[in-house]
Amino acid sequence: MTYIVKPKFHHPELPKNRLGYTHRDYEGKISTLCAGCGHDSITAAIIEACFELSIEPHRVAKISGIGCSSKTPDYFLGNSHGFNSVHGRMPSVLTGANLANRDLIYLGVSGDGDSASIGLGQFAHCMRRGVNLVYVVENNGVYGLTKGQFSATADRGSKSKRGVTNTDNAIDMVGIALQLGASFVARSFSGDKKQLVPIIKAAIEHQGAAFIDVISPCVAFNNHAGSTKSFDYVREHNEAVNFLDFMTGRAPIHVDYAPGTVEMVEQHDGTTLALRKLDAEYDVHDRLAAMSFIAQHASQGQIVTGLLYVEQDASDLHGHLNTVAAPLNSLGEKELCPGSAALNAINAGLR
Amino acid sequence: MPIQSVNDFVVRFANVNGSGSASANELFARAVLRMGIPVAPRNIFPSNIQGLPTWYEVRISESGYLGARGGTDLMVAMNPQTWDKDVGGIEPGGYLLYDSTKPMPKTKFREDITVIGVPFTAICNREYTDPRQRQLFKNIIYIGALSALLDMDVAAIERLIAEQYKGKEKLFDANRRALHLGRDWVMMNMEHPIGLRLKRANAVGDRIFIEGNAAAALGAVYGGATICAWYPITPSSSLAEAFNRYCRRLRVNDSKENKFAIVQAEDELASIGIVIGAGWNGARAFTATSGPGISLMQEFLGLAYFSEIPAVIFDVQRAGPSTGMPTRTQQTDIISCAYASHGDTKHILLFPEDPAETFDFGAAAFDLADRLQTPVFVMMDLDIGMNHRLCRPLTWDDSRKYDRGKVMTAAALEAGADFGRYLDVDGDGIPYRTYPGTHSTKGSFFTRGTSRDRYARYTEEGPAYADNMQRLLRKFETAKDLVPRPLQANAEKPTKYGVIYFGSTSPAMDEAIEMLESKGQYLDRLRVRAFPFHSSVTSFIADHDFTFVVEQNRDGQLRSLVVNECGVDPVRLVPILHYDGTPITARFIARAIGEHLDAFKVTPLRKVIS
Repeated sequence: MTYIVKPKFHHPELPKNRLGYTHRDYEGKISTLCAGCGHDSITAAIIEACFELSIEPHRVAKISGIGCSSKTPDYFLGNSHGFNSVHGRMPSVLTGANLANRDLIYLGVSGDGDSASIGLGQFAHCMRRGVNLVYVVENNGVYGLTKGQFSATADRGSKSKRGVTNTDNAIDMVGIALQLGASFVARSFSGDKKQLVPIIKAAIEHQGAAFIDVISPCVAFNNHAGSTKSFDYVREHNEAVNFLDFMTGRAPIHVDYAPGTVEMVEQHDGTTLALRKLDAEYDVHDRLAAMSFIAQHASQGQIVTGLLYVEQDASDLHGHLNTVAAPLNSLGEKELCPGSAALNAINAGLR
Repeated sequence: MPIQSVNDFVVRFANVNGSGSASANELFARAVLRMGIPVAPRNIFPSNIQGLPTWYEVRISESGYLGARGGTDLMVAMNPQTWDKDVGGIEPGGYLLYDSTKPMPKTKFREDITVIGVPFTAICNREYTDPRQRQLFKNIIYIGALSALLDMDVAAIERLIAEQYKGKEKLFDANRRALHLGRDWVMMNMEHPIGLRLKRANAVGDRIFIEGNAAAALGAVYGGATICAWYPITPSSSLAEAFNRYCRRLRVNDSKENKFAIVQAEDELASIGIVIGAGWNGARAFTATSGPGISLMQEFLGLAYFSEIPAVIFDVQRAGPSTGMPTRTQQTDIISCAYASHGDTKHILLFPEDPAETFDFGAAAFDLADRLQTPVFVMMDLDIGMNHRLCRPLTWDDSRKYDRGKVMTAAALEAGADFGRYLDVDGDGIPYRTYPGTHSTKGSFFTRGTSRDRYARYTEEGPAYADNMQRLLRKFETAKDLVPRPLQANAEKPTKYGVIYFGSTSPAMDEAIEMLESKGQYLDRLRVRAFPFHSSVTSFIADHDFTFVVEQNRDGQLRSLVVNECGVDPVRLVPILHYDGTPITARFIARAIGEHLDAFKVTPLRKVIS
């Protein structure tokens, strides 16, 4: 659909954010994905989240791997630099980019083929290093671009469009992210924008490794009966544990929920998350309980969604490496080159 | 007749890996240097931590020959496992120093060598009770014995020990005592010195003694690298470790914060991915690896070539293919680096000859990568990387500025510059780039490994694809004049023969030239220092009937590259190949080239008959 030129005019009274930007300023090129694709809803949610947070688009770096999901960074934040890298290797490219300039916001977009199969290793190591990023997996359980093969997140026993039953166990990326120390872990559904947008906003503000698994049905190859990643199946089995209201530190906190149903979570950067608890027992600060809760529900065919874990005092890779506050890419000879006198001293020590 | 030689011989230590011999052997080499006599030590070690045989060869050469010579004049045989091979490897008239604590049958020795037995184990058992001390001090004791046998300046050795154990008096005393135990035993019990002697000279000058991996790391520090991502692999690991060490010394600010980031990645794919991500985002980044790592990085290297992202790769080559011989040297990744990745690619390679040039090229690689917006390989090898080599001091011009290449600024964008990421504005094939986050509305683009037009828009149109591929070729042409030029040295007499060589072959080549000239065989030589090849490579070959190409691999990889890139008739390029994993020697080169030259001179049969 790239032959369609996106019209530039828009309604004069479109709402503007703090920067004076409208939604349109957060859009990208027209999507070339199939009509009705879940990924386009995630794109819309990212646009909404960035608009509402009044993020300057050019302060975001969008990095992806290969696949349908990895194409989407072209469809949002047109004024951001994007990097559609190598299959399964978004995490390493993003890690390098993040090390080069700690001042930008890093949005890693990937799919289940990209991150759970070919890139499982890089996904895992990115999580355990605590790279400050938002890692979105647009999870449809299927290889779309190559026409419908199972991916590694397809549930055992689920059926492909061609009628083949999957006999391999599924990889639960949320479980892996929790186990490996991601400091913000959430799952959502592309069909539930109300749940997804606040999660993306909270993840962006989170200063550490934030992982979001978004179930995103593939309308072309994985939306049939027998699939566990179809719109109908996900709607029927969605077990949301909470609902998030995102507030910045600047806005006055106003809560009008029934007592005991809301938990206010202060984040490191001064933002506050108002967690509306749908499951009274669920504790978002207990990593081990979260893993067990999710696994138990998965065994009953339930898909647990919501903010599943958050570490309030998260640290990130720059903290671990004790790097200077200035972006490394801004340093020049003066800061980096020790000069000839130091070299002569080194020479003297080598005789 | 025992060999008689002053300041010109080879000592080889045969040890057991993990016995603590390495530092004692290095002490010996350094002591010779301190006497003003050039040495070239080489580690010959197994892929093992403890128990397997290891050797340390020290070539002593007042004339300054630093290549491996081949053969052993004095064998210090401390490893019973390799006894027969070690004794067999001694030159006729050579010497054998061994531990005579246990009697050895006469058949274990040779008639044509001088055998020197010192009861090292007995001395240790007498002096020490702790088993580890017995093992460690045995090494220092044999250095003490050598000091008497070779007539060394014992004060020079003591000074080195004092420097090593500065502030640790007890250790200094213990080591000095061990040194004298060995020295005194020889002085009291046998004739000394032997026919091999060291005499104070003045042939070292201001040269330094450094491993190539350390020099490369310093090159990265001086060249402005801030990010290093690596995966441990012999023989390159000590490069990343040295970068860490030097950064901790030279790159920490007053608030104790680091002006560098080092990530030990999960594999080589992640290493190069991190480097490419950092390069894309405007930081200078590198990885250090060896052949197997290069194989793993292929896909990413194609991405960096095609999407034009600076990256620096230090490839410390080892013997391949596959795991090959991980601790043996070769120049064997030339083709896999030059044409890394699927599709049509060509990459920049630099071939340093020694640590000093590795420092220079290491720093220059970052300028070249930024200028050319492409991966740059610094092609080292184990021989350069993991051995201490005597070389000129490292130098840096303080007025030097980093060349960050064509980076479009916010001001230029604001002024209305036409920004096309892949637009050849200057006709040199090099487009402008922007760093992410430069400007709020201008200059952003989408980087991809898929085909794109001059404005970075996705396209599968044939002409746009071909246009881009042609521009990449123009860029490679531009590189020819930016990379280090070949160095030519002509023979004293005009000759029809030339030789091309590169990298660690250099010291052996210099010596081989002297050996050949002494036989009246003259060669012009060209040391290639980079790929793409400068036009002088083609003209050098054109100027000679035959050109030998000396390299350390089986298939003549550099020769193939010359044939392919310079359009040269392969018949005129005679391969001289050394690939058994040991460093190439002057003796090998001189013999191989000499045989060819003799064959060229054979009078044709027809002439003889008529």
